[in-house]
Amino acid sequence: MMKMQNVGCFAIRKKLTRRQEYILLFLSFALPLLLWCLVSYVPFLYHPLVRVTDAGDSFLCAPGDLIERSAFEEENRELASSGGKIMRGERANPAYLPAPHQVARSLVTAFLTPPRRDGEAWFHESIGHSIRIVFLGFLISSLFGVPLGILCGTFPFFERLIEPFIEFFRYFPAPVFATLCVAILGINDAPKIAIIFIGTFFQQLPMVANTTRSADGALIEAAQTLGASRRRILMKVIIPSVLPRLYKDMRILLGWAWTYLIVAEVVGTSSGISWFINQQAKYRDFSNVYAAIIIIGCIGLFCDMFLAWFGRQIFPWESKHKGIFYRAAEEIFGPRDQVFSIVLSKEERRKRDEQHSA
Amino acid sequence: MNSTLPDYKQMMSPEVRDRFARLVRRPVIMETRNLFKEFPTSSGKNQIVLKDISFQVHQREFLSIIGPSGCGKSTLIRILAGLETATSGEILLDGKPVVAPGAERGMVFQKYTLFPWLTVCRNVMFGLESIGKDRDTAENIALQWLDIIGLARYADYYPGQLSGGMQQRVAIARALAPQPRVLLMDEPFGALDAQTRTQMQNYLLEVWRNIDITIIFVTHDLDEAVYLSDRILALKANPGEINELIEVPLPRPRRSRMLLEPEFLATREHIDKLIRPPVKREDECEFKVVNMVGDKTFL
Repeated sequence: MMKMQNVGCFAIRKKLTRRQEYILLFLSFALPLLLWCLVSYVPFLYHPLVRVTDAGDSFLCAPGDLIERSAFEEENRELASSGGKIMRGERANPAYLPAPHQVARSLVTAFLTPPRRDGEAWFHESIGHSIRIVFLGFLISSLFGVPLGILCGTFPFFERLIEPFIEFFRYFPAPVFATLCVAILGINDAPKIAIIFIGTFFQQLPMVANTTRSADGALIEAAQTLGASRRRILMKVIIPSVLPRLYKDMRILLGWAWTYLIVAEVVGTSSGISWFINQQAKYRDFSNVYAAIIIIGCIGLFCDMFLAWFGRQIFPWESKHKGIFYRAAEEIFGPRDQVFSIVLSKEERRKRDEQHSA
Repeated sequence: MNSTLPDYKQMMSPEVRDRFARLVRRPVIMETRNLFKEFPTSSGKNQIVLKDISFQVHQREFLSIIGPSGCGKSTLIRILAGLETATSGEILLDGKPVVAPGAERGMVFQKYTLFPWLTVCRNVMFGLESIGKDRDTAENIALQWLDIIGLARYADYYPGQLSGGMQQRVAIARALAPQPRVLLMDEPFGALDAQTRTQMQNYLLEVWRNIDITIIFVTHDLDEAVYLSDRILALKANPGEINELIEVPLPRPRRSRMLLEPEFLATREHIDKLIRPPVKREDECEFKVVNMVGDKTFL
């Protein structure tokens, strides 16, 4: 006899309850944070350095210095043997490992601290600049990549004409074009947008073409037997049938565009969020560096959550698996079909029913 | 086992015989002449899938095409629809040759090929708009069709929200809405469960009885073919060629109880013998029950 096993949360492919899912969502962030807290606040776990609080009679160190524990002990031994006043200090982590509260404080103070030199960008200006570059690069790439990709995916003629070269070009890493872009387009924003364009476009076109090719042939045949013209099949069957998948592709590609941003921003005049990060690293203000990284991550995550939620609004016939972040977005922005829907409204439906019965 | 059944041809009542006499006097809607289809194979020798297929379908006839698997019946109907081209031979619709798919030959596929991004009503409107009807006219006709198939209530649903049988009804309405000359059906009920299938058969007959439409219906289900059709085109496999054109001796309208009448059983038996592939010696394997457990209680 088979015994029904009670495996609780660890059943294979069994859906968890909503409550369990939210607890796990919380834990997936809380556990890394806890590890970080332990490393930061429990001195005997890591803390490989010593921060000097009182330099005593040492000529080598000053208060506030961060030195290796072995060097600190050596110096103190020498001071003790020569009869000088020994140094005092506390165990500390390296500068590149700030504590959570410092980073949390920087998340706010990064926005409030004026730039160190006149004419430099505030933090929010840097972020705005970065978003603008990514958006423009991605937009220009999509303006060409999406229509061309759809053409390649629909007509073998364009597939054979365009795709081989694109496939070849795809293997050039986008950053190798940095110097060329600067030489051609100058040192301001134009070469940065060009790098993002190069990085995105040559991935986008084959991706869109492949997705378009995955359009269900049976639907195309059905449209043909209904007398649809070539143009109508392209516009009313192929494109709508792959639109949800194209939208998903765009979400993935937007993530790639963000990756190329970091390369793009060091091209020509350094700018945007990576300029800010480099600058803060030079000042050895690593809590600001972490704050900036976290903010980039959050922008990406919220952007994607919004796009996922928006996708469900415009493609109501697609009802696949709902991710946890999607559900969170649904709770923030409102459930599907309420905000924006292509289904007829109740009013329209009533009007049509009247027409029909008349 | 039914060897006691007489020949189906002898069972045809005078009324039915009369019906067939009238049927062949009606105008020919669709006709194929010496149709051949060959596929290239990896060995370089072409495989003949369809060999010398010639038949005529008359106005308002219900013709089924049946045959063993691999006899090319799906290929045949796809050629009739214009989705594939024949290697040689002619297909005529109202005397004019067929070259490409078109709205005058509606098609219903085994897979429900409704557009998932369109509501039920918009799906039915698709063909109407394709042949140049404006939106309002198309919508009115579509709603009438949804009324006929009893799904008016579901006009604004998406296909994904409907059951398989309902989706196939919408697909039939969508194919019929632009008023095709002939409706081609490629195993349309093959994906449905037995109960829904029976319902759909009766429902299709009802629709067919009430409008001027000629139906060519591909199936591998004997009962379905005999129950629905006026005439049945039985194909042979390898290569697919016409074996026999059978006139079904059942009167119209068809009723479910006819499935038990001797006319039905005799016709079924006749076609079964026709299309059942000859059993080769190596296929006749014997099944032995082997006691895997080695335990007497198992036996």
